[in-house]
Amino acid sequence: MTATAYLSQVLQVAVALALAPILVGWINQCRAWLQGRRAPPLMLPYRTLRKLFVKDAVIATNASPVFRLAPYVVFGAMCCAAAIVPSLATDLPFARAADAIALVGLFALARVFIALAAMDIGTAFGSMGARREMFVGFLAEPALLMVLFTASLISGSTSLPAIVDALAHRDFGIYPSLAFAGVAFTMVSLAENARIPVDNPATHLELTMIHEAMVLEYSARHLALIEWSAALKLFNYSCIGLALFLPFGIADGSDWRALVGAAPLLIAKLAAGGAALALIETLSAKLRIFRAPEFLGTAFLLAVLGMLVNLLLGS
Amino acid sequence: MKLGALRLVPAPLAAPMPAQRARVGSGELLSACRVAREAGAELVALWVTDDSDRGEGFCVRVLLRADDGLLLLEHRLPDASSRYPDLASVFPSAARMQRAAFDLTGIAAQADDDRPWLWMAAWPIDRFPLRRDFAASPSWQPGDEDYRFVRVEGEGVHEIAVGPVHAGTIEPGHFRFQVVGEKVLRLEERLGFTHKGIEKRFTTLPIAEAPRLAGRICGDSTVAYAFAFAQALEGLAGVAPPPRALWLRALALERERIANHLGDLGALGNDAGLAFGLAQFSRLREDVLRGNRAAFGHRLAMDFVVPGGVARDPADAQLSAMRDEGTRIADDARALRTIYDEHAGVQDRFRTCGRVAPDLARMLGMTGLAARASGGTRDLRADFPGVPYAALDVRAMHREQGDVAARVAVRFDELFESLRLVGAIVDALPPGAIAATMPPRLPAGLALGSVEGWRGPVTFAVETGTDGAIRRCHPHDPSWQNWPAVEHAALGNIVPDFPLINKSFNLAYSGHDL
Repeated sequence: MTATAYLSQVLQVAVALALAPILVGWINQCRAWLQGRRAPPLMLPYRTLRKLFVKDAVIATNASPVFRLAPYVVFGAMCCAAAIVPSLATDLPFARAADAIALVGLFALARVFIALAAMDIGTAFGSMGARREMFVGFLAEPALLMVLFTASLISGSTSLPAIVDALAHRDFGIYPSLAFAGVAFTMVSLAENARIPVDNPATHLELTMIHEAMVLEYSARHLALIEWSAALKLFNYSCIGLALFLPFGIADGSDWRALVGAAPLLIAKLAAGGAALALIETLSAKLRIFRAPEFLGTAFLLAVLGMLVNLLLGS
Repeated sequence: MKLGALRLVPAPLAAPMPAQRARVGSGELLSACRVAREAGAELVALWVTDDSDRGEGFCVRVLLRADDGLLLLEHRLPDASSRYPDLASVFPSAARMQRAAFDLTGIAAQADDDRPWLWMAAWPIDRFPLRRDFAASPSWQPGDEDYRFVRVEGEGVHEIAVGPVHAGTIEPGHFRFQVVGEKVLRLEERLGFTHKGIEKRFTTLPIAEAPRLAGRICGDSTVAYAFAFAQALEGLAGVAPPPRALWLRALALERERIANHLGDLGALGNDAGLAFGLAQFSRLREDVLRGNRAAFGHRLAMDFVVPGGVARDPADAQLSAMRDEGTRIADDARALRTIYDEHAGVQDRFRTCGRVAPDLARMLGMTGLAARASGGTRDLRADFPGVPYAALDVRAMHREQGDVAARVAVRFDELFESLRLVGAIVDALPPGAIAATMPPRLPAGLALGSVEGWRGPVTFAVETGTDGAIRRCHPHDPSWQNWPAVEHAALGNIVPDFPLINKSFNLAYSGHDL
């Protein structure tokens, strides 16, 4: 690995950090337009982050170090994930360090820490949110793994760069297994990123919250890191989806010029994906929480179907 | 009310509908309530007055409403240590009213539940604000209170305490859930956080200022409150407002109902996760509020209804704009209703959620909109139509299911009915004066006012002294009757559905806490 490769690696993470809040802002704009409201500024998430970073943190007196540590662990995990996910280029130093299963593990690590921090304070909402988050998580993770396995079967490897290389350079053809996996992945992404119909990121009703209930006690820089991590998570999931199902235009090498060339296409794909997410959220109502197993069970079933189709049809 | 079985001696009482008052002696109060309940009467309000400055001790007043009018039972107690029978066995909604009456006057019912209701250690526990000898002291510091919530024991049962400070900017109420997993085993409410001493303030305020205070008890029902208060004052003064004023009051009342129903329908969609509904209904509500500002001088029509009539005469152009706007709002609301009705996700959240069966609603004595969603049919506008409702043929809307979907459906039905009424009022508005002159000094006496606000009947009992000032003023919000029903509606539901259930009732905090 050359120094250029490491430079490219840093560039990819920096692009992820910079684009993630804008993606959230863009989705919020699309949602507002679809609802017939005037949209908030695209850069509003940045202003929120700046506001939170300059505020003084208030921490519950009974908080243990887990509570203080969790935002950094979660943010770190999301940054690592941003380094692993082939958003701009496939052949980066970090990508070889972890495969798809490790990536799912990285997300699980973040989930465990945020749930621990939520229970650490001992409020009813923290425990309630943690309980619900684990409930959604244990249903979503198997479905996510099945989606990744389907893609692995096509490429013969669980390494993400290998999967993307295989999918991007395959002969033109329709892969029914990927269609099943794509629908399953969309459903899992909605649940994992606390979007409607499983959770509502815009709600103020504490009793209905899942993700927000866990972070109610956070303020200032801790909250900023949590919000940034949530944006990064959404960005990472979007990039995984794009890498698996629309892998065209991702740079092969680790040359930074190729990365710069890949960036406009990534932004265009994210913009389209964000608009689609906003459309899904506007058209759906939030599910009763006990409908979430049905929703994620369907996702799991579709992912398994994708695998079976792949095994049976060999495509 | 048919008093044959009661052996009471009724006297007439000034009110916008047939009303009587009757003294009941000791031992008669409970039996009188029981007979009245069997005859179909419901409890409107219960309050206690301190008449010790006149040497008459205290008076417990119980206001009942039957199909043929109001009946005020007056039960005298010789001193502060006397107790009166617990009426909760006949009218369950009396329980909290009795507790509140004790907090404010120190007169206790013979009830098992001796916990405070409005008292939150803001004043010493042995002082009672509505006693004649009460004097507030600036040296009183807020104290701590130890409120005994009922706990549920058992394996896996735990408690979730919500509020009074919430994650959103909403009114303060405390909700104590006993849950297993996500299932609600018991819900207990604690209210009183917005107690401002309204009843006390009425007695210290010059009478000219009182209508403004009445209009500020509960902001979303300001027209209903000002309307009912004006009725009571007019009843005391023997003044009849001119017809145009009565029609304009009804116009403002219906527009208040329209604005609130539009706001609630949007909020209910939003609580089910359909933010599109909130955006669209908020837009329609905003149009109504802007029309109010143009015609009534205030977005909520605050201070528009005054004793004697109304404060200003809207221009013809503004009135016809209301009619045209009503047609447009009805079209848009109809389209939105189709979206709600055909949205599988929304219907899945609304249906069977937070159900109060008709039998339970009758037993609890629910009132107003929430009662009409649970099989009730009472609506003051249809049951006691004065001017102008007698000429408008108001239909009381009702549903049987008693779930969130039913409360949404009643709101939609009432919205369209009120839009029709606004059009009819504008078309038939009589010309003439908009206010009668009120006498500078009110005679001593007691009078009632009661109108069907958007939540239900808002009632005022106003008593004046020989000096013409207000001796005792008791405003009553329909939320008193319906808050206990929310506790029942939540049972067996899951915790994350509670905000939707609560919103479908949308009861008052400020109007209840006073």
